[in-house]
Amino acid sequence: MREWDTRKKARDARIDDGSAHATGKIVAPANLTALLQAVVRPGDRVCLEGDNQKQADLLAQGLASVDPALVHDLHIVQSGIVLPEHLDLFEKGIAKKLDFSFSGPQSARVASLLFGGKIELGAVHTYLELFARYFIDLTPNVALIAAVSADREGNLYTGPNTEDTPTVVEATSYGNGLVIAQVGEIVDKVPRVDIPGDLVHFVVDAGRHFYVEPLFTRDPAAITETQILTAMIAIKGLYQPYGVKRLNHGIGFNTAAIELLLPTFGEKLGLRGKICTHFALNPHPTMIPAIEAGWVEQIHSFGSEVGMEDYIRARSDIFFTGPDGSLRSNRAFCQTAGLYACDMFIGSTLQIDLNGHSSTVTESRIAGFGGAPNMGSDPRGRRHPSDPWLKAGAEADPDGQPLLRRGRKLVVQIGETFGEGNAPLFVEKLAALELAEKLDLPLAPVMVYADDTTHIVTEEGIANLLLCRNADEREQAIRGVAGFTEVGRGRDHKMVERLRERKVIQRPEDLGIDPLDADRSLLAARSIKDLMLASGGLYAPPSKFRNW
Amino acid sequence: MEILRFDLEAPRPASGTRQLALVGVVASGNLEVLLERAGPADRCTIEISTAARGFRALWEAVTADFVAHRAAGGLHISINDGGARPDTVALRLAQGVRLIEETVA
Repeated sequence: MREWDTRKKARDARIDDGSAHATGKIVAPANLTALLQAVVRPGDRVCLEGDNQKQADLLAQGLASVDPALVHDLHIVQSGIVLPEHLDLFEKGIAKKLDFSFSGPQSARVASLLFGGKIELGAVHTYLELFARYFIDLTPNVALIAAVSADREGNLYTGPNTEDTPTVVEATSYGNGLVIAQVGEIVDKVPRVDIPGDLVHFVVDAGRHFYVEPLFTRDPAAITETQILTAMIAIKGLYQPYGVKRLNHGIGFNTAAIELLLPTFGEKLGLRGKICTHFALNPHPTMIPAIEAGWVEQIHSFGSEVGMEDYIRARSDIFFTGPDGSLRSNRAFCQTAGLYACDMFIGSTLQIDLNGHSSTVTESRIAGFGGAPNMGSDPRGRRHPSDPWLKAGAEADPDGQPLLRRGRKLVVQIGETFGEGNAPLFVEKLAALELAEKLDLPLAPVMVYADDTTHIVTEEGIANLLLCRNADEREQAIRGVAGFTEVGRGRDHKMVERLRERKVIQRPEDLGIDPLDADRSLLAARSIKDLMLASGGLYAPPSKFRNW
Repeated sequence: MEILRFDLEAPRPASGTRQLALVGVVASGNLEVLLERAGPADRCTIEISTAARGFRALWEAVTADFVAHRAAGGLHISINDGGARPDTVALRLAQGVRLIEETVA
């Protein structure tokens, strides 16, 4: 006779073993290592919550200090490999296998551990893929998560940086796994219940706030005139003709420039209410002037941003907020929104090849994907129409039967032809391809595939790839906006001029953009201080961005 | 410091009445461009003083593209370069031509 509740019983056993180190659900930090040694079993799948921004840093230190003789061969399944401790687990032999999404600051060490055989790599995912697998074949046995506060029943308040937590807990707890939370404080009553206490088994009082990285703050002082020109080209050549209302912006300076040109250049073009009304976006401080000028109706966020708390609280018409007034973010929902409910993704990248594949991989780094490929891809499952989506679909297939023709999401790569350190944006061969060959990966880490990319915008102009009818045209359209990079100088000038006549390529002068307007005085805010002033003092910039 | 000189055929003469125009600043990664009316209407002479040596081919490409696409005939252009990227150079040249073609009130 088969037993049908072995996993439930295994969790009950873990709770029993852990209870020796707890008072009720509450665990003192001094007992953390003992607790983890009691409840984590060799070979367990473990999610050590490392989100894009929020980190369960105390639990990471705790897990990195368990005895590898007791806890070993763990399979780590988490979105962000961000803290050094995340990789110490592999160096110490506590963990063996890794499935993840994003490794930003640890990308070089991930590659070296992989190369040295310390990490057995499952796969590198986008956020939504990894979250999806939590519910299919990568359900965690143990989740170690982070929240702002908890009550004694284990109800959790995650605050503005809810991020991945509901998804991780949903999969783990309902999948018969164990959930341990680190919190900044234990309170009698949490400000709002983000995670119900019956899904949480132990709570560790860290006595301090978890670590959060301010990843989405771009100082307007660093925006160049070339970026302003490129932003003007994007607004006048893409946002306006397609009438893009629902969109996602990347986190680079190019899109920050667009955000800061809406109340000035965009206003002059009469575009308020016609573009940029609904966003899937973190609360970028550079959105403040556009929000204040009445451009934006609604923003749903993946996470929060340090310093934006009071501003968000005071603008609850715009942001999703809880009964306590603070932001409720949710990475899984916002990624889904970015994928299915937005008509445009626009973001920067590091390298674009002659097909239009792009990648942020450089040298020997495995940085992962995060969420950009979810936003920067055409969702084949989309069925609801919108003007930009239908127009893009018609451009790609002008002879198709309109009632049977798929629309297309606008997937736009934007950047200057030369990036940081004078590195060319356009290359013959992606570094991602070289990395895949070197590490013998089955798939090169391409961020946005060529067949999803619809437009490339540089200071030289826009290449509309939807209008290209063959590979040659596509290559010349890309070379035709590649400026003075080697790829750009290798263009066929006659063919590029023909593409320009067909508006496959559009130059600033074709769009009636005056280069004299590419001036920093066009930015609605020219410094972090300007952003603070535009918010009426509600935005409180982190100290590293304050220079006054 | 390297000095480069170009004497280029310019199919379109600069319009407007301004005698000179100055755009940009000398700073790292930036450049100052002084445009003056001088010489025949179908030529453009450019003198570049640059802190970064060894980029003659790139300057040739940027200036050739400039005279081909902008109304630069009858201009003498002096560039004081602080190691600007080609995109910045192209933008400054375009701004200079726009500025000198403005009619003086």
